[in-house]
Amino acid sequence: MDIISSLLTEHYNATIVFFATALLGLSAGLIGCFLVLRKQALISDAVTHATLPGIGIGFLLSLHFGLNDGKYLPLLLLCSAITAYLGAAAVQFITNKTRLSPDTAIASVMSFFYGLGLLLLSIIQNIDAGNKAGLNSFLLGQVSGLRIDNLILLGAVSLFVVCAVVMNFKNLRLLCFDKNYANLLGLKVKTTENILLFLMILVICTGLKTVGLIMIIALLIIPAITARLWTERSELMAALAAFFGALSCIGGVYLSSALYDLPTGSTIVLFAFALFAVSLVIRIIRGADA
Amino acid sequence: MSMDNTIAPLSVKDLSCRYTRQNNYALRDISFTAKAGTITGVLGPNGAGKSTFLKSILDLLPHEGSVKFFDGTLAKNRQKIAYIPQRSSVDWDFPVSALDVCLMGLYPRIGWLRRISKAHKEEAMHYLEQVKLQDFAHRQIGALSGGQQQRVFMARALAQQAELFLLDEPMAGVDQKTQTLLFDLFSDLKQKGKTMLIIHHNLQAASAHFDHILLLNQTLVAQGAPEQALSEDAINRAYSPIEA
Amino acid sequence: MLDQFFIIDFPALVIVTLASILCALLGSFLVLTKQAVMIDAISHSVLPGIVVGVLLSGSFSILYVMAGALTSALIAVLLVYVFQHWGKIEQGAAIGAVFTAMFAFGVLLLETQVGSRIHLDTQHVLYGALELTYWANPFEWSSMPTQIKTLAVLLIITVVFLLAFFKELRLTTFDPTYARIMGYKTYLFQITLLVLISLVAVGCFEATGSILVIALFICPAAAARMLCDQMTSQLLLSMFIGLFCAVTGYLSSALLPMWLGFDMTVNSASVIALFSGIGLIIAIIASPKYGTFAK
Repeated sequence: MDIISSLLTEHYNATIVFFATALLGLSAGLIGCFLVLRKQALISDAVTHATLPGIGIGFLLSLHFGLNDGKYLPLLLLCSAITAYLGAAAVQFITNKTRLSPDTAIASVMSFFYGLGLLLLSIIQNIDAGNKAGLNSFLLGQVSGLRIDNLILLGAVSLFVVCAVVMNFKNLRLLCFDKNYANLLGLKVKTTENILLFLMILVICTGLKTVGLIMIIALLIIPAITARLWTERSELMAALAAFFGALSCIGGVYLSSALYDLPTGSTIVLFAFALFAVSLVIRIIRGADA
Repeated sequence: MSMDNTIAPLSVKDLSCRYTRQNNYALRDISFTAKAGTITGVLGPNGAGKSTFLKSILDLLPHEGSVKFFDGTLAKNRQKIAYIPQRSSVDWDFPVSALDVCLMGLYPRIGWLRRISKAHKEEAMHYLEQVKLQDFAHRQIGALSGGQQQRVFMARALAQQAELFLLDEPMAGVDQKTQTLLFDLFSDLKQKGKTMLIIHHNLQAASAHFDHILLLNQTLVAQGAPEQALSEDAINRAYSPIEA
Repeated sequence: MLDQFFIIDFPALVIVTLASILCALLGSFLVLTKQAVMIDAISHSVLPGIVVGVLLSGSFSILYVMAGALTSALIAVLLVYVFQHWGKIEQGAAIGAVFTAMFAFGVLLLETQVGSRIHLDTQHVLYGALELTYWANPFEWSSMPTQIKTLAVLLIITVVFLLAFFKELRLTTFDPTYARIMGYKTYLFQITLLVLISLVAVGCFEATGSILVIALFICPAAAARMLCDQMTSQLLLSMFIGLFCAVTGYLSSALLPMWLGFDMTVNSASVIALFSGIGLIIAIIASPKYGTFAK
């Protein structure tokens, strides 16, 4: 009881940061697991960068409607989710309907949307209205600004993500394993793909402000490939990916506050990467013995 | 067909191949010799290691055992050896024309830092003519039919003045008419004393077109003349699941 | 007015021209070998190298920065290779893991005390600062901005390399297996291309930011890919598309807000990226042979 009360009083902010990032890491790891299994990890790169114009548009819209000095979070999140979806759709379109390969689709969509986003942000910097401070935090993240309402939002999102994944697990696994076979079995492939995309966008948009644009990509990919090194079974891999995601966030947050004032987003990513590196070394050693 | 050429274009001894860090072999103890001026068919079920076999011979995969080309190593005889890749491994959208691909066979002779001259192009056209593709020389390779694409790669091999042709599933996804056309081309080359090693998936067609058969399933199940290597017993052994 | 053009817009235009040509030429090879995401990895991974380069030299010395950036780009490529081959991880995921981690490391260096001791703005590296380059007197050779010199040297090296080994590059990119059997050292070409790409990425993004680099590398090359079926036309066309998008993009960013009556400066790097993307969109829609409405 003493610990809990001290957590709630003395370390109130730190506690919020711990739980919020851990929840984010958990849901990102879980979703990332399926992206990696589908060999589409870098789609998250394009989709994440595609959120940026949405943030600009959301800012301008909420400014127009006079909401919270331009930083009305629901509108920002909604707009960034819409442009993120457009980014994903553009990658799909280029890959399926043109002769260009998926990697080219990802790189071009990513740079186009990011350019658009930066243009909007640079226009916003010129406007004499609204509270622009903190818009940049979407790029590199800002953990220290987390409040109880962010924690509640992240909690709700993670609960939703976990439930959605558990309910659709069989379909998701089949989709990752063999899309054509899934089609043959009468599985609604398109629906399952859209569910996965929707969950990914949800995680990315809620995670943006916490750890930043680049770091959310890392949280989607690194815990998932770390889990892949430990197991071949998909249920276990999903659970492990969620675990590694949460662990990376907790470890990163702890390290960044324990050691001087390291930027939290970066520390989380590097912690996740260290977990991956250790796992890889262990796997190589075990592999050599076998 | 003269049999005086005593030097075998290809002789493989105890070839084994396993992927790194795994103990199970993908291929085991394969020995065989291809005589000059013959067509050898490599047959076997999916996953039998046919492509692995070809790639090990060409040093594209790590392997054990020895492979001898003509009188020496691969490095010494590169010019004489032509490899025609599996259809699925080629990027058919790549911006090259039939002529461009055929010209690649001449690159070693053109040499470093030299440009492709008109004479080189004419020479390449000559080889395209031999496979009856002169009218398609400037088509992008993706705009050719499956059979024409195979013939472009054959023309490249001819341009290289190869003696030994290694073909990975040239008949995959090619219609019956084109198959006949390609087999005609192969027997034509055979008349000129060239040697071919062809991975093939169709057992029925085998007897008619091949002089020698290698029946593979991770190890050499049978080899010899078609009627002998393709006995019912051998086929059953090759196509039944291997016990662990 | 004219003075201002020569001092500010002229050098920026020279940089944009050189950068777009270089990126399009090398980007074509990335697009052709289906390695477009590699530039994403490289452009993010050079960040820690740049910081270390600046730290070691004590100032923004171009040689140190280039050496640092090249080292970290090569480390990134090596890590991707190791993860792919030893960890059996798919290339995309390996790239994603490496570039985010390297970038995070770079940010970490910048944002801690290490970074505060040096004069390097995160924003500057990420979004470029074309607007900040100036050429005091364009008629005077010695005052030429270092960025222009760097890019010019890189352009000469790249063009000489491409001209000298054009046919070998065509062979090794189209059919690496055949090239290997023929005795060509395909990896040497791959490594040389990657080294050039890393150097160009740094040379450009010091001027234009890391995102514009990706747009200039990939979008014009992809647009050319939609339009033609020959290697030479691929290279030339991507060069022209890149050049056109970059120059019109820069000019729009510099002039359009003023003409429209707004008193603002917009980030020109982002407009150039946007225009490159629009160039690709037009090519995808309107290509006579491979476009959405063709056939």
